[in-house]
Amino acid sequence: MAVDLRLSCRIKQKPTTIYKEPDHLVTPGDVITTDTGFMRGHGTYMEDDKLYASVAGTVERVNKLICVQPLKSRYSGEVGDVVVGRIAEVGQKRWKVDTNSRLDSALLLSSVNLPGGELRRKTAEDELMMRQYLSEGDLISAEVQAVFHDGALSLHTRSLKYGKLSQGTLVKVSPSLVKRRKTHFHNLPCGASVIVGNNGYIWISPTVNEEADSTGGFVQDLNPVATADREVVARLHNCILAMARHRMMLSDTSIIYTYEASLAIGSLVKDLLKPEMESEVVTMARERLETES
Amino acid sequence: MAGVEVVSEQGFRTDGRKPNELRRIRCKQGVFSHADGSAYIEQGNTKVLATVYGPHEIRGSRSKALHDRAYVNCQFSMATFSTGERKQRPRGDRKSTEMTMHMKQTFEATILTQLYPRSQIDIFVEVLQADGGNFAACVNAATLALIDAGIPLKDYVCACTVGFVDDVTIVDINHLEETNHIAEFTVAMLPKSEQFVMLEMSSRLHLDHLSKVMDMATKACKDVHLVLDRAVRDHVSEVWQQLGNT
Repeated sequence: MAVDLRLSCRIKQKPTTIYKEPDHLVTPGDVITTDTGFMRGHGTYMEDDKLYASVAGTVERVNKLICVQPLKSRYSGEVGDVVVGRIAEVGQKRWKVDTNSRLDSALLLSSVNLPGGELRRKTAEDELMMRQYLSEGDLISAEVQAVFHDGALSLHTRSLKYGKLSQGTLVKVSPSLVKRRKTHFHNLPCGASVIVGNNGYIWISPTVNEEADSTGGFVQDLNPVATADREVVARLHNCILAMARHRMMLSDTSIIYTYEASLAIGSLVKDLLKPEMESEVVTMARERLETES
Repeated sequence: MAGVEVVSEQGFRTDGRKPNELRRIRCKQGVFSHADGSAYIEQGNTKVLATVYGPHEIRGSRSKALHDRAYVNCQFSMATFSTGERKQRPRGDRKSTEMTMHMKQTFEATILTQLYPRSQIDIFVEVLQADGGNFAACVNAATLALIDAGIPLKDYVCACTVGFVDDVTIVDINHLEETNHIAEFTVAMLPKSEQFVMLEMSSRLHLDHLSKVMDMATKACKDVHLVLDRAVRDHVSEVWQQLGNT
């Protein structure tokens, strides 16, 4: 088997550019204001009538509210967000789901559509059947239904577009790279579907016909996927990884542009993981985004 | 090391520094992509890597969950190749356990833990090369990693080791000076509010000298803060630009 070996000193060093410091940049312990007329938002704390920053970021002001948003943090959910998560635990009438949040999210048995869309009768049986529907390690897509007072999220899958995910790949990126948009489900022209979860979990799968999927996503289609489809999924996976590494915002357009840039270069899927290829592809996509917007 | 004086007649130390001079600090944030926050710091030849995970759901026993604040879990380890003589095991010995406890106390006092009830924050530090002032370097590295992870802190925690010998206070002592049986002081403080979060003294010191040593330590921690703050600002500016903001 051929092994690709390179010396780290041979890799072209990126030129050391001096980045301009953004306005209102604060770091922990900086005094934002001594004026008491402001309200304390996220990333700040009050002591001795002074407002201090507690994270590193830029100060955002909305009327009287002052917040500091860190550039990277755990996912903090809002009602209506689309998330992708992994079942961590099956409990009493609820599943615990890992959503990259600061506490595991809860998916209540009462907020899922049962297989076949039948109405749930509140019996002891379906509580015992819970592990048959979703068991530990399963991936789901869901929507945030509510936020509990301690910050934990309550999810629901009461729509046919949500539910268990079957064959595909998961990429984990920082949640700050995903902006809230009207739609997070994208059928890309290259023959793959992408779910860009607000929590930074991104699901890539080959596109399947819609009309076959009427069970609410509880039946997994485990038929082998064609090699061509798998290659598309793998290429998208590596493109998204490259984008995340260069901190490029993820949207359907930017993902398509990066994918097309990787095709234009004619690189193999595995070569996309090389640092120099990564930066080339991302730079091409960035330039195209700038010119076409 | 008998016969070697810690501070020469000309007022220089064995490695050529002045008594109030820090070693060169080089640091980098975001060295790992899979961790929530990470940092690498070099203070002279002391090299430390820190990673932070969380806040996340309590792993392991549920009984550790605190209903009103986050649980801070620390782990201090020294690579087996970090010292002159190869270490038997990287963690678990008495010294590492003590360091772990000190780290935990230091960061419980600085992280705004009450914002994350029932969660856990993991801080892992690993000394890659030990050349004195290990604890101080670990605290500084962990601070950078916590800032990288976007975890709210009251202030930076800056730490420094100060020695006192022959009526002279020397800051940021290295391994050679540590082995000379001098009075050793490790402080961790919040530089802006000048509050001490941790203070450890390893031998006896006359009370008259205490204020002098403390002043020197405060000054050294503030110097460390300047260096760390510069690094954080540069890192944030870079990421800010990459995210497409102008």
